[in-house]
Order: sequence, then structure tokens, then C-alpha cells
Amino acid sequence: MVNIKENSIKYIFLLSGLLSIFILLGIFYLLFSNSYPALRDVGIKAFFSRGYWNPTAYSVPQYSILNLIKGTFMVGAGSLLFVVPLGVACAAYLAEVAAPREREIFKPVIEILAGIPSVVLGFFGLVVVAPLLSRIFGLPNGINALNGSILVGIMALPTVISLAEDAISAVPQEYRHASLALGATRWQTLKNVTVPAALSGILAASLLGMGRAIGETITVLMATGNALADPSSFLDSVRTLSANIAIEMGEVPRGSLHFHSLFVVGLVLFLITFIVNLLADIIFNRYREGV
Amino acid sequence: MLQVKARKSLLVWGTVLLLLLSLVLAGCSSPVPGKGDNGNAEGDDQKELGGAKSGAVMIQIKGSDSEVNLVQKLAEEFMAENQQVQIAVTGGGSGVGIAAIIDGTIDIANSSRTMKNEEIEKARANGIDPVPVRFAVDGIAVIVNEKNPVGTLSVEEIGAIYRGEIKNWNEVGGENAKINLFGRQSNSGTYVFFMETVLKGDYSPEMRNMGGNADIVEAVKSDVTGIGYVAIGYTKEGDSVRPGIKVLDVSAEKGKPGVTPVELANITSGAYPITRPLYQFVAGQPQGAVRDFILFELSEKGEQIVLEQGFYPLSDADREFNKNSLKLN
Repeated sequence: MVNIKENSIKYIFLLSGLLSIFILLGIFYLLFSNSYPALRDVGIKAFFSRGYWNPTAYSVPQYSILNLIKGTFMVGAGSLLFVVPLGVACAAYLAEVAAPREREIFKPVIEILAGIPSVVLGFFGLVVVAPLLSRIFGLPNGINALNGSILVGIMALPTVISLAEDAISAVPQEYRHASLALGATRWQTLKNVTVPAALSGILAASLLGMGRAIGETITVLMATGNALADPSSFLDSVRTLSANIAIEMGEVPRGSLHFHSLFVVGLVLFLITFIVNLLADIIFNRYREGV
Repeated sequence: MLQVKARKSLLVWGTVLLLLLSLVLAGCSSPVPGKGDNGNAEGDDQKELGGAKSGAVMIQIKGSDSEVNLVQKLAEEFMAENQQVQIAVTGGGSGVGIAAIIDGTIDIANSSRTMKNEEIEKARANGIDPVPVRFAVDGIAVIVNEKNPVGTLSVEEIGAIYRGEIKNWNEVGGENAKINLFGRQSNSGTYVFFMETVLKGDYSPEMRNMGGNADIVEAVKSDVTGIGYVAIGYTKEGDSVRPGIKVLDVSAEKGKPGVTPVELANITSGAYPITRPLYQFVAGQPQGAVRDFILFELSEKGEQIVLEQGFYPLSDADREFNKNSLKLN
């Protein structure tokens, strides 16, 4: 009797596990079967050769997604430059320095940060960050890749902080004790022993944060200006893969070439986030065994 | 031990990748199911359901952002007189409305551009024959920051600026500063209309693609070197031009005097060069409540609302167009 119950519960858990795999496979199947007609008619080369994305052009439609990919990576990588130092410093503080009382205050506040709707953050970017950037850099406007990076960095911050804090907390106490026993100060211990020991965990946390940043849509859409040109610096307007899909998916008649080429954009986005998450997972596993 | 586990995780991910790849191959051979027919059937179901529920008739309208406030107002006035009719008006852009009427999910599409031939064919393939109606006239204003000394541009100059051929304000009599372009996104009817009548070419890829008319006004307000185009209604606050922006006078040809779109007479006389009729596309010859609503829009009362909302009345040519289209004789 107990055995049957045990087994059935086991199978229910197995089924819910399998379900998530099937959903993943289903999404991938949908993406590929819908992008196939565009890959067949336009050719895969058209998507990856120099030019612009402009399927509704006045003259000749163009399908190059290189500038979109560049824009996506600029926003993703830019957010890392912002989020990693801040996130790791914050995690080190929470794990090593903060008194229990302080942690009780800081942790929930950081979690609230994760709950801000992205559209609110996008509006914040448009009316607060953009004018600030234009003043700091002496630009006519601040609607650019840097703005998107900062906002997406804010969104990824809670993920990075909590994962990096886990990684730092997981460093065995013996390491710290040994370092302190050798006469190192707490700062020296943190800087030279604890954080380096947690480095792969921190790296994985950063990559997961970047995965989040790359897929983020509405905030970026509102803050970056969505120009199609090849961006030459972070102060130029960029359009990301996800923003491009959000802008255009509503208008296309189903089954048209434009519709299917948007699925190609989605497929590329999916593969990029897949690879970033895969890397994070591999690094994360290394680190777990390393400690 | 360390390496064994790392390999194990690689193995798991490798398997997932292989599974995905096998699906790719499966995807190649299977055709994409046609969605149009389904969409149509769903649309019909919804209508009947709405009708059966309370004896009320439900009209679904969707599309142009430039038209959404105007049509909403028209719908409210119409519903006040016709209690049994429920009209739902939503925006999203002309392209969104047209895509919805092709898929058969709405009754009327608001669009500030005409439907393309391929779009009409797609709708017909789904068993829907879209009937066009012009119900108001809109002018597109070209705006710059109030600190910009430039006051008049020709249509050709505006086109060259948006095509990216003129890049500096000093080429058109302004200060030595790079021109920042602000425009709409490709789902906007204003985007398409401006491209086809003013640019007659492709937008410069440097143009920032903003979400709506209000976003462009905000951007130009804070950007001294910016230029933008918006529906005229959005340039006004009450009877005067919004603070922070300047509405350019536009001349049909270079050297001729510019005409401001802020004066009503300049639009109705056709002197202002960038105007367009606003369209609605009805799914098939309008019947019953939908027909009543269309006729209400074209009535004197409808025209009054059009004027109040900052748009312009139809010309004789537009009325003739409606007569043919709706077979009113």
C-alpha cells in the first residue's frame, strides 16, 4: 500500500519534470517550423550578411539581423559591466560583512527590486535616465544602448546578488580561518581568499544575469530608441532581437514572409540565451565540485 | 571525481541538444498549418456569443493609434443613442488592425493607410472582402525643438532629411549640428504614409523608432537637434501649440512659401501638402449595426466630432469615394 503511494508520487514528480522538457521541445519545434519557410525563401545567408533589417522597405526588403545581434550583445554585455561589480560587492557585503539585522533589511529590499514591472522601469529610463545621460555625456538625447544596459542591469541585479551571495557563503569556513590565522585582515581575506574561491559561482551568476538581460524586452524597447543602423558606440541607439520581435509581431499578417522571418529572429534569440545558460550551468557545476 | 561529474553534465546537455536537433529535422518535413481559416471561425463564434448573451450587438474595432481616440469618441456618442450596441475600440497601429481584419477577428479595422493589394488578396483568401471608408482627414505636422531657428522646409527637404541624405541642420539654414531623426515604428500607418508620400524611399537606419505620437513630441521637446512627425492633433494643447516644440511650415516645393498645418483653412483648402484621408476597413459590405455606425460617422454630427477631436472634414472627392465604396445611391 505504502509502496503504491510512494511510486505514484514518484511518477507525478517525474511527469512534472518531463512536462517542462516537453514544453521546451514544443517551443523549439514551433520556432523552427515557423522560421523554416523564411530560411527556405530568403536563404540563411540573407539573415547573416551585411545590411539592415527592413522587411517592409519602400524599395528592396532586407533581412540582415547582424545589427540586431550586435545591439543585443551590447545591451547584454553593457549590463554586465554595470551589474557584476555592483552585484558582487553587494553579495560580499551581505555574506561576509553585514550584521544579521542589516541582512534582514537588505535582502527583502533587493527582492522587491526584482518585482518591479519592466514597463515601469522602461518609463523610468525614458524620463529619468535618458535626460541624465544626455547631461553627463553632453548628448542631444540619452535614448541609447547605455540607457538600456543600465536598466537591464538593474533588472538583473537581484539574480546576480542572490546567486553570488550563495557562492560566497558556500566557501568553507576553514579557508577564512586559515587566512585569518596567517595574519590577514578581514578585507585581505575577502579579497584574496573568499571571493577568488567563489569565482566560478560568481561567473555563473553573472552569465545567468546576462541571460536574463538578453531576453528582456519591454524595458529595452522603451529606452534604446530601436534604430536599425550599425551602432558604433554605447551612445548610439540600438535595436535588440527581442525588441524587434515585440515591435513587429503585432502588425504582420500570419503566414507572410515577414512573419516567418520574425521567427528566425526568435530562433536566433533562443539559441543565444540557450548557449549563455548552458555555459552558466557548466561553470556552475565545475564550481560545485571545486569546493 | 571532479571531471566525471563535469562530463556527466555535458552529457545531459548534449542529449538535450541532440533531441532538439532531431526535432529540427522533423520540422523540415512537416508543413506549417494554415491559421487563417481558424482565425476566421473564431471571430464568427465570438460575434455570435456576444450577440446571444444579452441581446446586445458587439462591434470590435482595432487599429491605428492616430485614429483610436477619435473613433472611441465617435463610438461613445453612437452608443449613447443606440443602447443595444456595444463598441470596443482598441489601438496597436494600422498594421495591427489590418492583420486582425485579415484574420477575421474584428469587424472594422482603423487604418491611416490603404490596404496593400497582397493584404486584400490575403483577406479574400480567408473569405473576407474588406470595404474601405474614408471618415476624416488628418494632416501630419513636422515638428522641431522650439530653440531650433529653422521655420520652413519643403517636402523634398524633409524627405531628404529622413532618407539620411541631409544630415546637418546647416544644410537647410539652421545651426551646425547633426540632425537627430525621430519617427514611428513600422506597425504605424503614419510611418507608412510618411514613407510613401514624403520620403518616396527608405528611412535612414539612424532614425530612432518611437512607440507613439506622444513619445515623439516628448523626444523633440528635450532634443534641440531633433525632428519628428506626428498627427496634427498631438501638436496642440487646447488651441495653441504645445510648449517646447515648433510646428514647421511646409512648402510643396523649395522656394515657395511655407504653409502651417495649425490653421484649419490650410488643410481643408488642400494648401498644406502633407495630408491624408483616415480609413476604416469593414469586413464585407456593412450590415445592421455596423452600417448604422459607419453612416453615423459620415453624418453631420459625426463630422462635428471629427472637428472637435482636432481632425478635418472630408473633401468632395472623399465623399465620392465613400459613395462608390458603400454603394450609397
